[in-house]
Amino acid sequence: MKHEAELSIDFAACDGHGLCAELLPERIGLDEWGYPVLRDAAVPPALTDHARRAVAACPVLALRLTRTARRKARRAAPRR
Amino acid sequence: MNHDTTTAFAAEDLRVPNSARLLHGWFATGRATDLAEHLARYGPAPVGTARSTLADAVERAGLAGRGGGGFPTGRKLRTVAGRRGPAVVIANGMESEPASRKDETLLSLVPHLVLDGAVLAAAAAGANTVHLCVPRTRDEQAQRLALAVDERQHAGIDPVEVRVHMLPHHFVSSEETALVNWLNGGPARPRPTPPRPFEKGVGKRPTFVANVETLAHVALIARYGPDWFREAGSPQTPGTTLVTLSGAIASPGVYEVPMGSPVGQALAAAGGPTRRLSAVLAGGFFGSWLPVPLDPAAPARGAGVLVALPEDACGLAETAAALAYLGSQSARQCGPCRFGVPSVADDFAELAWGQPGPALTERLDRRLGLLPGRGACRHPDGAARLAASALQVFSDDVQRHVRYGPCSHARDPLVLAIPDARPPAEEEWR
Repeated sequence: MKHEAELSIDFAACDGHGLCAELLPERIGLDEWGYPVLRDAAVPPALTDHARRAVAACPVLALRLTRTARRKARRAAPRR
Repeated sequence: MNHDTTTAFAAEDLRVPNSARLLHGWFATGRATDLAEHLARYGPAPVGTARSTLADAVERAGLAGRGGGGFPTGRKLRTVAGRRGPAVVIANGMESEPASRKDETLLSLVPHLVLDGAVLAAAAAGANTVHLCVPRTRDEQAQRLALAVDERQHAGIDPVEVRVHMLPHHFVSSEETALVNWLNGGPARPRPTPPRPFEKGVGKRPTFVANVETLAHVALIARYGPDWFREAGSPQTPGTTLVTLSGAIASPGVYEVPMGSPVGQALAAAGGPTRRLSAVLAGGFFGSWLPVPLDPAAPARGAGVLVALPEDACGLAETAAALAYLGSQSARQCGPCRFGVPSVADDFAELAWGQPGPALTERLDRRLGLLPGRGACRHPDGAARLAASALQVFSDDVQRHVRYGPCSHARDPLVLAIPDARPPAEEEWR
């Protein structure tokens, strides 16, 4: 089953190769210096495959796809 | 009060203001507090009881971090204490904000309150090491602190090891992940989060990072309790805070005021404005311009900095110079910061001193929208905030500069003291 997912960019790693914008123009554009602009971090199920392809294509692994905030919040509950 | 600690006052001239807590000793004696005097005034830090009760007391006191972030200190302390394995404490005395002198002043006047707070936090967090980080550019201060630490070790009052470190003094080097990165042997550059230091910090251990003023408040809360702490400030923003006041005011310097004081009231602590003001820079180079007349209810936010800008100064020139400095201080790790902040600074320079066309403000608006949230740290966010507030508060000046070119004050000496806007060389980050 496919879940809602969220994109994030590690700008310290990103070198502005621009492949993500080629592969996922629905969510990612480029600024005037060639760095990705995330228009909307949320990825609906219909776009998940494209998003995965964009993540896999990044030569420096700067693009990440994580499951929705709700599931993440439960996983990241502080340990006592 | 001036931050120049060599200033001698005759004892009879001194009144201790009601709001003075951290600086009480300074007002009472007019000199820096040594260990003997510190122990006579406050007694030893209650480290024995810290482990079980300190995080709770700090949480009930409602102490928020005084380094600019404003995160609840008690919650941070509890989180670090609750994680597995021995923790580490970092006392952040880096103070890279150019318009701030509060941390330097605090460390000069009451070093033992800061050290008490750091040691208490270590006991509460289950840490056996405290790293006190100060700028390499203030080496005399670092030497005095190392002596203070030695004195405490000889007196046997600290159950943990305290180490004083001198770090490169670049604008972003005071960011908590930069401190952790440097202490782990790397450059003093911010790192992407997560992991945050409380999860994985120095030596991969859970690390409690707090501003030195925050720690000094912790030292007082440990002794006098949360109810005492809440007697100053407002219920939402309790306690006192240090603020560095400069610009067109009667007595520039570092003052202690109730937390959440309106800006006008804080300026009054320094004798008030000396000329008619057009704006006040609140929060320093990472803050915002506030228009004058001031909103009487607007509290002074940010890292305790207020700069009063007189009417006969050019707010656009001041902002352009500050942005040029911020642009030079990028850690050059993230594209939007490395290229975006200098571009915005160049646009502002054109706006302040050049012949800007009408397209310039459009380009600036677009570029400002591309900075927030696009870096490992908040450096681009801060620069964008400063620039956006200038465009708003000085909007009439923007129109005039676009229409007629630089105003008659654009080339005047600046009110803001701007450090050398030279990008650090690669080896200067270590």
